[in-house]
Amino acid sequence: MATANDIAAQDFASIVENHRLQIFRFLLASTRDVDLAETLTQECFLKAHRNWSHFRGDSSAMTWLMRIAINLQKDHWRNRRMQFWRQASTNKVDLDEASEWLPSGERSVEQKMLARERVAHVWRAVEGLSERQKTIFLLRFVEELELSEIAQSTGLSEGTVKAHLSRALARVRAELGGKR
Amino acid sequence: MMENGGLKTGNGQAEWDELDPALKQALSDFKASVHAWSEAAASRPRTMREIVVRRTWRLAAGWGLASILLAGAASGGLYEHHHQQELARIAAAEREAAHQREVAAERAQADEDALAKVDSDVSQEVPDALEPLVALSTQDEAK
Repeated sequence: MATANDIAAQDFASIVENHRLQIFRFLLASTRDVDLAETLTQECFLKAHRNWSHFRGDSSAMTWLMRIAINLQKDHWRNRRMQFWRQASTNKVDLDEASEWLPSGERSVEQKMLARERVAHVWRAVEGLSERQKTIFLLRFVEELELSEIAQSTGLSEGTVKAHLSRALARVRAELGGKR
Repeated sequence: MMENGGLKTGNGQAEWDELDPALKQALSDFKASVHAWSEAAASRPRTMREIVVRRTWRLAAGWGLASILLAGAASGGLYEHHHQQELARIAAAEREAAHQREVAAERAQADEDALAKVDSDVSQEVPDALEPLVALSTQDEAK
């Protein structure tokens, strides 16, 4: 007979399975560092596992996990003590390399080239955003979270989220406009 | 690509529709690119080699730095020790030289004193052969 702990463990295992890729993707887009994203994803699920018994289900597991991931990422950059070593050991890929990735579809070579260029412009715009704007932008346009979910994940009001999103979009628009 | 050409989430569709086509296309490409990258990164074979190499590099750098610091501290200590020894040697040599000078001065003084004493003794002593002359000179003086 399965105990409450077994059930909880099974629940958590399914949470990991369902959300691992999404958390990793968000952290990868935020840091552009595969190793760092993997490390932070592991830390995120470790922290979530430790606090699993406290998760009341007021928000969805996704927003709860995303909130942990955002805080971990903030803590990582806020901790300036070892900044020199962090910078020395960073594996952050540059914008051009990040823009190389495109899904293997039935596009022509020219279409792929244009798509790469557009992706590079968006990356450049994202690079110029504040951490908060970047987080909100990625949650909205890469993870496709609702404004209310973004508000829950970031601990901001929906109005503030909207305002940040609007500024972020204006920046992307300006970057795309500049290319013409 | 974005589902149905836009955001899949409920209240996002209206907001999505308001965006201009160029921006929509760029955002769709961006999302697809990040998804492709993360899927490739998540499914890559996770070899330990990279991690080990990086850890080894950091470990080597740490040990190198520690060795340099240790060598610096040791050579600094050795230099200081050598310097102190040199100073002590010079001070001892100076003390020895001063002592030698003192001894030489004392000896010179003693020699001088001894010579002066001999001179005065010699000047006061009258050889036996000259005794009659001394007696005569004494009588003359009495007259």
